[in-house]
Amino acid sequence: MTTATPTPSKPWQASNKDRAIDGAIFLAALASTYLLVNFTGLNGKLAYFLTFFIAYAIITTAFKGIQRGNAAAKDALVNSLVAIGAIVTVIPVASILLTVLQKGLPGISFGLFTHDMSLATPTDPLSNGGLLHAITGTLTLMVLALVMSVPIGILTALYLTEIKGRFTGPIRFLVQAMSGVPSIVAGLFILSAILYPITKAYSGLMGALSLTILMIPTIARTSEEVLNLIPNDLREAGTALGGTQWRTVAMIVVPAARSGLVTAIILGVARIAGETAPILLLTGGGDKVNPNAFNGPIGSLPYYIWKSFNAGSPEAITRAWAGLLVLVGLVLFLFTSARFLGARKVSK
Amino acid sequence: MSTQELVIPAPRQIETEPRRSDKIFRGVVTGGGLSSLLILGLIALFLGYRGFEVLRQEGIGFITHSDWSISTDDAGNVVESQFGLAAMLVGTILCSLIAVVIALPVSVFSALFLNFYAPGWLKKLLVTIIDMMAAFPSILFGIWGFLVLMPSVEYWAKLLHKYFGFVPFFDMQVPVFTRSPFVAGVVLAIMIIPIITSVSREIFSQAPLDRIQAAYALGATRWAMIKAVVIPHGRGGVIGGAMLGLGRAMGETVAVFTVLNIVFQVNWQMLLGAGGNVASLIILKFGDASPYEIKALMAAGLILFLLTLVVNALANLIVKTTGKSGR
Amino acid sequence: MTTSHESENQDMQTSVKPSSLADVAAAKAPKTPGTSVLGTGLETRGVHAWFGKHHALSNISLDFAAGTVTALIGPSGCGKSTFIRTINRMHEFIPGAAMAGEVLLDGKDVYAPGTDVTKIRLQIGMVFQKPNPFPSMTIGENVLSGLKLAQLKVENKDELLEECLERAGLWNEVKDRLGAHGGSLSGGQQQRLCIARALAVRPQVLLMDEPCSALDPGSTLRIEDTIRHLSDSMTIIIVTHNMQQAARVSDYTAFFLSDGGPGQMIEVAPTSEIFSRPQDSRTESYVTGRFG
Repeated sequence: MTTATPTPSKPWQASNKDRAIDGAIFLAALASTYLLVNFTGLNGKLAYFLTFFIAYAIITTAFKGIQRGNAAAKDALVNSLVAIGAIVTVIPVASILLTVLQKGLPGISFGLFTHDMSLATPTDPLSNGGLLHAITGTLTLMVLALVMSVPIGILTALYLTEIKGRFTGPIRFLVQAMSGVPSIVAGLFILSAILYPITKAYSGLMGALSLTILMIPTIARTSEEVLNLIPNDLREAGTALGGTQWRTVAMIVVPAARSGLVTAIILGVARIAGETAPILLLTGGGDKVNPNAFNGPIGSLPYYIWKSFNAGSPEAITRAWAGLLVLVGLVLFLFTSARFLGARKVSK
Repeated sequence: MSTQELVIPAPRQIETEPRRSDKIFRGVVTGGGLSSLLILGLIALFLGYRGFEVLRQEGIGFITHSDWSISTDDAGNVVESQFGLAAMLVGTILCSLIAVVIALPVSVFSALFLNFYAPGWLKKLLVTIIDMMAAFPSILFGIWGFLVLMPSVEYWAKLLHKYFGFVPFFDMQVPVFTRSPFVAGVVLAIMIIPIITSVSREIFSQAPLDRIQAAYALGATRWAMIKAVVIPHGRGGVIGGAMLGLGRAMGETVAVFTVLNIVFQVNWQMLLGAGGNVASLIILKFGDASPYEIKALMAAGLILFLLTLVVNALANLIVKTTGKSGR
Repeated sequence: MTTSHESENQDMQTSVKPSSLADVAAAKAPKTPGTSVLGTGLETRGVHAWFGKHHALSNISLDFAAGTVTALIGPSGCGKSTFIRTINRMHEFIPGAAMAGEVLLDGKDVYAPGTDVTKIRLQIGMVFQKPNPFPSMTIGENVLSGLKLAQLKVENKDELLEECLERAGLWNEVKDRLGAHGGSLSGGQQQRLCIARALAVRPQVLLMDEPCSALDPGSTLRIEDTIRHLSDSMTIIIVTHNMQQAARVSDYTAFFLSDGGPGQMIEVAPTSEIFSRPQDSRTESYVTGRFG
């Protein structure tokens, strides 16, 4: 007995009739919003927004209530609420990205990437000066902070996953506590512990030190997650072959987790790329390209944005937006590469 | 055999003498692991050491008074000084509470949406957007908040004042709505929504599938299932996430400084354009502070550090214990 | 006729090891379908199920007469569980799931457009493989949780509570501690609590997905007693890997098999026949233990 196989269907999905009803409810909500906003004292974007959601929620709730009863009505109400939650979450991101693009693009020009501000002030016309010093400065700070935070962050993660010693619990707790340290406090700490008593001068190193404090917990926590994904069999296989723990970790565990660890590091860099408060306290923010991170004030994107924004003139504000656009571009680039690499956390 | 009494031997001690390379390895890794302890300890130590003089002079008044003034003679010697953080602390707490009150429902709803309502592709997209939002630098939120968001928020504040003015929090004598704690709270709320959302999402996704199915099999609607299974399971974690957000909001500097008008007077009226914030105070006063005032700022930093440390520690404890009980 | 369900103290060893499955099946009281007043029962017509591209179940047409117990047997992965999950529409929770065919409850298709799926699940209850009481609720609240979830009103809660626990064979053990948490019970008791919970919304049909696979033999026998009791008032479909269980509790048995492709139903017949003179050679080799 052979029967032709019927085509798969999904009868639980919304039928055309359901869609039509949803559409009708949507239109009804839209119409009542229009009427309410235009013929009562309400006005403004917010009024449209709120009235629409309230009208939509009321109409669906009432409709489901009549059709299916009390429980279904509550369910429909929550449906609208969670959707509003998601929309409210996304609106600021959209607004921020759009604004940065719209206001930043006019300030972007080729000269921006080839000049520094040593011969210009933020209020000058946009053709004068650029943010070369800020870009090189930010890169310098990032590299220095990387060099210091990567060993410490990964060693911490290795302690938590490989040694599992007496202090595992407390250290995991402290790393989490450290990730909550306000950036301004990290800045004040470097100021009080190193800048005032020892170097007595602004420099890139000071800024990088404070960024290191902020970066360690991000790297340590993400790396720990990645290392925990490495199956224990691998470690046991290494030890059973007579490898010391050091060799097992160095030759088996870490290579297996490599792309995940790179993701952790990139996330750490993204975390500090736009950090402003400690930079304001520690780097001095020079207007000239300063290739020496250990001596003299050094500019950076956040400092440049901050300075331009506070200068207040239209040109300066445009500079600030252009700087923000470059900064956001950098952060998004880092974020996307972390995502891309993170898709395969543990190499097979 | 059977006639003899069985002698239970003492367990053997198994001793492993690690190779020298392993000893070094373990030493180095342990050292790295202990660095977080070292750094946190040093932060408290140095800020305490620098701020000690001011803390001793002001005593408890450092957190109960709200004057912040210093006068020096021509030689730069301190003639008179008065440092009190009360207004700043009240402002910090007010702004972060507003932020959490706004962000918590939005985050919980969007976490529920992500876990139980959104189709796969939408979930992936939204999770990426929310993670991206968490990576935005705070200066971006600050400038966007000041130039784009503030006009709208001021308008909402006026509405709140007009219709809910009888509530003490929404009351105000002078109608100044610009750069109020409410504005700062809204900006902070947007900044902490990703944190609370991802913690809640994580906890909700651990809700046991067998009980979710049991609820559905009993004829529960989606919401009835969430109320019976997901919320009892995730309540603690959501509270922990909210506290993580609170800790982040308390320590936020640049974004708040941009949108808040700092006034050295305790103010609980959230719509009035006068607020305080410990972190912003440091940025505000740092530029032209005398060495003695710097010490006062260090003491303020210490207070902020301890405050966020306690809030964060509590939050992590709550999240951890909920995650562990796994029910 | 042995009355195993009335003799809870009976030596379990003797009833666990019968001489042959056919004897066990024949020893039950014969049950004629359609004798109760439970509606006209449940019917599936040409049901197929897919997970994404994977065709998991092919063309299952089965008639479940009201008031009977039907056992679904067959090796792992032959689609038994998938099949019962299509009946109360739990199948659709799996992403990428699809189906075809009809499931008729009292002659009405449960997949018809505009059907309220929550009402369907109230009429077709389900007991899962692993006991899953709600840990945040007490024993009493667990039993009545279905009413709360579906927002049903009931006149006398205490009466219903006692009745459901009684029918699930749990009342005597828990009547003094209804306020205790569900998690404080043993595995077998938890499973009976889950049965009581399913009964409280008064379903016409009860689906049981290997309800005893996580339990010890003693608890298993008690659940089987409960099933025999319940079959007077409802239609029961039970998935089981345990052929002795099928022989002990069911009136009808359907044998499912997958030959690498989608799961198919090979044969359905009164239980005594399946175990004494199966029509299909594959059924015979399965019930005599030659594979599976």
